[in-house]
Amino acid sequence: MLLLTCPCCGVTAEETEFSNGGEAHLKRFGPGSTDAEYEAYMFARKNPRGVHFERWRHAFGCGKWFLMARDTVTLEVYGAYKAQTTEPPADIVDKIKARRPEWEGYK
Amino acid sequence: MSDAVSALKGARASGMVELADAGPTGMITLRGDLGVLGGALASVLGLSAPEQRRVVSGEAGEVLWMSPDELLVVLPYDKAPEAAAALEAALGDAFATVAVVSDGRALIHLSGAQTRDVLAKLMPVDFAGFETGELRRSRVAQVAAAVWRRSDNDWSLICFRSVADYVFASLATVAKPGGEVGLYR
Amino acid sequence: MSHRLGTGGRLIDRTRPLDFTFNGKTMRGYAGDTLASGLLGAGQTLVGRSFKYHRPRGIVASGAEEPNALVGLGEGQRFEPNQRVTTTELFSGLKAASQNHWPSLEFDVGAINAKLWRFLPAGFYYKTFISPRPLWKHVYEPIIRRSAGLGKAPDAETRDIDRYEQLYAFCDVLVAGGGVAGIRAALEAAQAGKRVILTEQTAHFGGRAVVDGYEIDGQSAESWVDAQLAALQGMDNVTVLPRTMVAGVHDHGYALAYERVADHQPGADKPRHRLWRVRAGQIVAATGAIERPLSFAGNDLPGVMLAAAIRDYAVNFGVAAGKKVAIVTNNDDAYRTALILNDLGVSIAAVIDARAEATGDLPAKARAAGIRVIEDAAVRKVEGGKSVTGVQLCRFNSDGGAVFETLACDALGMSGGWSPVVHLWSHCGGKLNWDEAGAFFRPDPNRPPLGHDGKGFVSCVGAANGDLGNEGEAPMLPVWLMPAQASYELRAKAWLDPQNDVKVSDVQLAAREGYASVEHTKRYTTLGMATDQGKLSNINGLAILSDALGQPIPQTGTTTFRPPYTPISLGAITGEARGEIFQPLRKTPMHGWHEAKGAHWEPVGHWRRPYCYPKQGESHAEAVSREINQTRKAVGLLDASTLGKILVKGPDAGRFMDMLYTNMMSNLKVGKCRYGLMCNENGFLSDDGVVARLSEDTWLCHTTSGGADRIHAWMEDWLQCEWWDWKVHVVNLTEQFAQIAVVGPKARQVLEKLGGDIDLSADSFPFMDWKEGHLGGIAARIFRISFSGELSYEVAVPASQGLAFWEKLLDAGEEFGISPYGTEALHVMRAEKGFIMIGDETDGTVIPQDLNLNWAISKKKDDFLGKRGMEREAMVSPDRWKLVGLETLDGSVLPDGALAPLPGKNANGQQETQGRVTSTYHSPTLGKGIAMGLVHNGPERMGEVIAFQSASGGTVSARIVDPCFFDKAGEKQNV
Repeated sequence: MLLLTCPCCGVTAEETEFSNGGEAHLKRFGPGSTDAEYEAYMFARKNPRGVHFERWRHAFGCGKWFLMARDTVTLEVYGAYKAQTTEPPADIVDKIKARRPEWEGYK
Repeated sequence: MSDAVSALKGARASGMVELADAGPTGMITLRGDLGVLGGALASVLGLSAPEQRRVVSGEAGEVLWMSPDELLVVLPYDKAPEAAAALEAALGDAFATVAVVSDGRALIHLSGAQTRDVLAKLMPVDFAGFETGELRRSRVAQVAAAVWRRSDNDWSLICFRSVADYVFASLATVAKPGGEVGLYR
Repeated sequence: MSHRLGTGGRLIDRTRPLDFTFNGKTMRGYAGDTLASGLLGAGQTLVGRSFKYHRPRGIVASGAEEPNALVGLGEGQRFEPNQRVTTTELFSGLKAASQNHWPSLEFDVGAINAKLWRFLPAGFYYKTFISPRPLWKHVYEPIIRRSAGLGKAPDAETRDIDRYEQLYAFCDVLVAGGGVAGIRAALEAAQAGKRVILTEQTAHFGGRAVVDGYEIDGQSAESWVDAQLAALQGMDNVTVLPRTMVAGVHDHGYALAYERVADHQPGADKPRHRLWRVRAGQIVAATGAIERPLSFAGNDLPGVMLAAAIRDYAVNFGVAAGKKVAIVTNNDDAYRTALILNDLGVSIAAVIDARAEATGDLPAKARAAGIRVIEDAAVRKVEGGKSVTGVQLCRFNSDGGAVFETLACDALGMSGGWSPVVHLWSHCGGKLNWDEAGAFFRPDPNRPPLGHDGKGFVSCVGAANGDLGNEGEAPMLPVWLMPAQASYELRAKAWLDPQNDVKVSDVQLAAREGYASVEHTKRYTTLGMATDQGKLSNINGLAILSDALGQPIPQTGTTTFRPPYTPISLGAITGEARGEIFQPLRKTPMHGWHEAKGAHWEPVGHWRRPYCYPKQGESHAEAVSREINQTRKAVGLLDASTLGKILVKGPDAGRFMDMLYTNMMSNLKVGKCRYGLMCNENGFLSDDGVVARLSEDTWLCHTTSGGADRIHAWMEDWLQCEWWDWKVHVVNLTEQFAQIAVVGPKARQVLEKLGGDIDLSADSFPFMDWKEGHLGGIAARIFRISFSGELSYEVAVPASQGLAFWEKLLDAGEEFGISPYGTEALHVMRAEKGFIMIGDETDGTVIPQDLNLNWAISKKKDDFLGKRGMEREAMVSPDRWKLVGLETLDGSVLPDGALAPLPGKNANGQQETQGRVTSTYHSPTLGKGIAMGLVHNGPERMGEVIAFQSASGGTVSARIVDPCFFDKAGEKQNV
C-alpha cells in the first residue's frame, strides 16, 4: 500500500486516504473536435511500464486533487504537484531524469 | 432552538477514554482565500484564520483549517445563523462562500491519557508529536472525520451526521477496557 | 518414547502443573509449556494423520515451521481448526483434538491410501478426474470435496465470541524477530534516537542463542537478553511486542504484525488478536533460520524430528524426544543436540554423519563425551509403524542396497543444514543469491525491495542474512537425498512435504513429465502448498527438482514468498468491523422513528431507507398499496433526506451549472426550480434532480440519494482540475437538512395547519417555485416539486429539527389519515407518471435521448459535459432502444429486466432481442401491471404488441404505450 504526500495540505498518509483518478495532463476535447481527438481524450491511455503521471485526490483529507509522478514498476514516487498545471514541473522532470536516465521524457 | 437534537442525542461511553456527544453545535463552512476569510473572522468573531492543519481558539469559538481554501468555524449552536449572516456581510463582494453546516455534522469529545491509542485503532494517523491546536482530517474506520487536540488529554472529533452512530460505536468498541496498548506514552 | 525429564526446562514452572486434554484424554503439562511440549512431555508422539495417505504423524519442529502437528483447538464459540501445537501456549483446561482421520487417530480407515500409494502419484487428481467430463459434477467433485481439507470448519451457526482489533502504528525501524540479532538491531536504532518497534513471534525473546548456551559480551546469552530487553523496555522510543509476528511486508514500508494478545488467556477481557498496521521507515528482518529436514525413507514417522527442535524441547521444557535418540546430520550443529541431551542424561544411540569425516570441534566434543559418531553414513530407512523403533544404516554414497547396521532408537533427530528465513525480505520484491557454502538462499543486498523514495527499506540481520554463527565449524555437506543414490523404493518413502504428502519420487516424476518451472512443479505436486507454505520442504524440493532437471539450484530459483508468513486469523483481518459496525450505516434524522414503526428497509448506498411501513398482519405489497392509495387520495409523507443537496456558488456559478447539466441552468430565475440532467463525458446519463436558484450567484443542486458524494466529487474534479480559474465554490449540504416530501391532495392543508410566514396558496406559490420562511416555528425551505404527480411540497429543515418537524406534520395530517410512505410507493407512483429513475432506466449506456428527454438538452449551449459524446455515430443512430410504457395484455406484472426476444441470432451467436423492461410494478392506482422499457424504435411503435420473456420461461405479451400512465395532463399536481 502506497505512502503518498499531499502537496495541498502537506500530509503524508497511506493510500486508503486517497483515491486515484487515472492519467494526468489529459486535454479535454469537446464539441467540434474530431473523432480522433475525442478518442485520445476519452479512451487512449499511455499505461506505461515505468514513469507515469497520474491524478490523485486526497479524498479523506483536504479533498484536493493533485498530480504525481510515480514509477509503475518500482512504485517509486518522484514527486507530487498541484493539479492546476498542464504539464509536469521542471524540478520533477529533472528528478526523474536523474533517477531514470533512460526515460524518454514527458509527452 | 429548543427542539434541536444532535445525532448522538447526548450519548456517552466510558472505557480507555471518556467519549461524549458534544450536543448541538454551531458550525459554519467558509470557502475562499484564507486571508480574506481571516479578515472577516477577525471583524465578526475576533478570531483569525489558522495556519495549515491548525486550530485557532478564542472566546467566540474555534476555527479549523480544513483545506487550503476552506475553514470550519465551531461555535454555540444558536450563534451559528447570525454569525454566518455577519460573516457573509463582512465578506461583501469577495469571492467567498459561507454555509451553516451545524446540523450536518456530529462533534464527539474524547478525553483521557489513552486517547491517541484509541484513535490509532481506527485512524491511519501518526499521533506522535501531535500538538495541542493541531488538526488532522483522515478517516475513522470507513468514514471521513477530522480530529484535533484541545489539550494534553482532550480531543475533539467531527464527522458527518448520518454516520455519527457508526463512529461513536466504533470508538466505544475499540476503547473497551482490556484493549490497552501503551503505544503512545 | 518422548517424556518429561526430572529436571530442566528454562521456560516451565514445575510448581504450576496444568491439565489439558488431547482427544478427550487428560494430560498434564506445566505453566510455560507449549501444547507441543505438553504432548511430548506426556508421551504423546502420534498427533495427527497426513493429508493424502493418512500416515501417522508426530511433531517435527518446535516453532512456526511445524508441518504435521495441527489440531482443532477449543470448542463451540472458540473452536478453531488447524492450529499448530508448537505455537500454542498451554493453559489450564485447553482442549485439543487431532485431525484428518476416521474413526480415530490410532485406527484410521483412510490409511488404506498409504497402501495405494503407487496409484496416487503427483498429479493424481488431474490425471484421474479429467474424464469423462460428466462425472465431474456429481461424482468426482463431491468425493474430492469430502476428502479435501485438513481440520473441520467451525459450525456455520456458531459465532466467534472473542473480540479483535487493529492498530495503526508508525516507526522509524520495525524489527521482526527478538533473537540476539533483532535485539542488537533494536538497541542500535533506539540508542540513535529512532522510534523502534521490536516484535517476537513467541512469548520469549532470545531465539536460538539462549537454547544453545552462547556467551555474549562475557555473560550468558540468557542474562544478556534479559538485560538488553529491560533496557529496551525502559526507553520511551521503543515498543516491545512479544507474541507478535510480522506477517507480511508490503509496499512503501507497510507491514502487518499479528499480535496474539490473549490466545494463552482464553476468556480474558481483552482483544484476542490485534493486527498492527505498521508504517516503518526501515524494516529489519531478524527472523533467524529454519533447520532443514533430510530426505530418507521413513523420515515422516512420529519420532523423527529436527535436531534443533529436540534440543529446544530439552532445554526449554525439560522434555526428551525419546529414551534413546539417534541424530543424523550433514553438519556440525546437530552435534549440539547430542551433547545437550547427553548432558541431561538421555542416551544417544549415535550421531550418523553423511560426511566422510567429522573433524570439527563439536564432533570432537561429542566423541570426548563418549558419544558414538558414525561417519560416511546415511539413514537408509526408519523402522517402525506409528513410532520409530530403529534406523537402518548404509553408506552415504550408495543406493541403499547394503545395510551395514541397524541401530535401535525411539527418536531420530535430523539436520540437513539451515535456511535463512528470507520471507520478509522477499515479500515486496527483495532478490536472493544462492550461497554455495551454506547451501541456502540469502538476501542480495544489492537488490532490496524499494520504498517510495526508490531506496531499499528492508534489511536482514543475523541468521536471516545467512550469518549462522557457525564460524569455526567444519563445512557442511549439501545432502538432498539420503543415501545419495537411493533406489526408487526408498525415494518413494522419502518425504519432502509431509503435510501435503509430497515425496522425492513425486517431484522427480513431475520433472520427467516436463515440469521445468518450479512454480508449475509446486502446483502440480502441491509441494509447499500446505498451511506451512513449505517452510521445511521448499529448498529440499527445489534441490531435487534441479537435480532431476540437471541444472544448478539457483537456475531453478525459488517459488514466490507471499504474506502472511504463517496464517493469521480472519478475526484479526476483520478487526472491530463486525456486527453493527461491520460497515457504516447512514441514518437520516428520522431513522429511529422509522425503525420504531417497524419499517422494512431498503439499502440505498450506505443508507437504509424505509421500503414500506407494514402494519400488523400486512404483507409488504399490501403496505405499499395502502401507502399509495392514502397518498393519492389524501396525503402521505416521505423521508427524502438522503437526496443530495449541493450548493454551487460564485461569480462563475451559472457558467459552471451550464457545463454540468445538459439543460440551461444559468437562465433559471431566482425563486424557481428546474429538473436537470447530468451526463458523463460519454454522454451517458449519470444523475438527475431538481435545481433551485437561491440567489443571483447561488444554485442548489438536488442529486439522487446514491449520487450525492459522487456528484460532489465530480464537481470538485472539474473545478480543481479543468476550470481552476473559474470562481465557483461547491459545498455538500446533503446532511445539513432533513428533507420531507408532503404529497397528496391535502398536502397544502397540512402545511397550512402548521402555521408560518409562507403564503402557500396556489397563486402565490405555483408549481416549480421555492420559498423559505418558517413552518410550525421551524426554519424551512419549501420546494414545490413533484415526483408523484400529486400536489407536493418538499420541505427542507435543519437536520437537528427534522424529527420534530416530521412529528408536527404527522400531527397536522392526522385528520386526513396522513401516513408515511416508503421507497417502493415512491417508485410505483413515479412509474405511474412515467418518470425515469437513475439506475432503473439508466445503466451507464443510456443517453438522455434514449429516454425521450431531448427537451432537457439545451440546443443553445456550445458545450456541456457529454455533448461531444452524444454526437458519436452510435449515439445518433436511429436504431437505439428508446423509452416506452408497457402494458401486459393480461394485466400481469412483467418480470424486471425481461428481454424482448426476436427470432435469429446475432454475430456472437446470441438470441436477437428488441428491448428490455427497466421498471415494472403493480399499480394500485390503475389496478394492473405497468412497466417501462427500452424498445428498438419504441416511440414509433405505439400500440404494437411485442413478447417479453416471462419468469416461467415462456413469453408474455405487452402493448407499447405512452410511459405516462396516470394524469397525463398534470391536473393533480397543478392545484
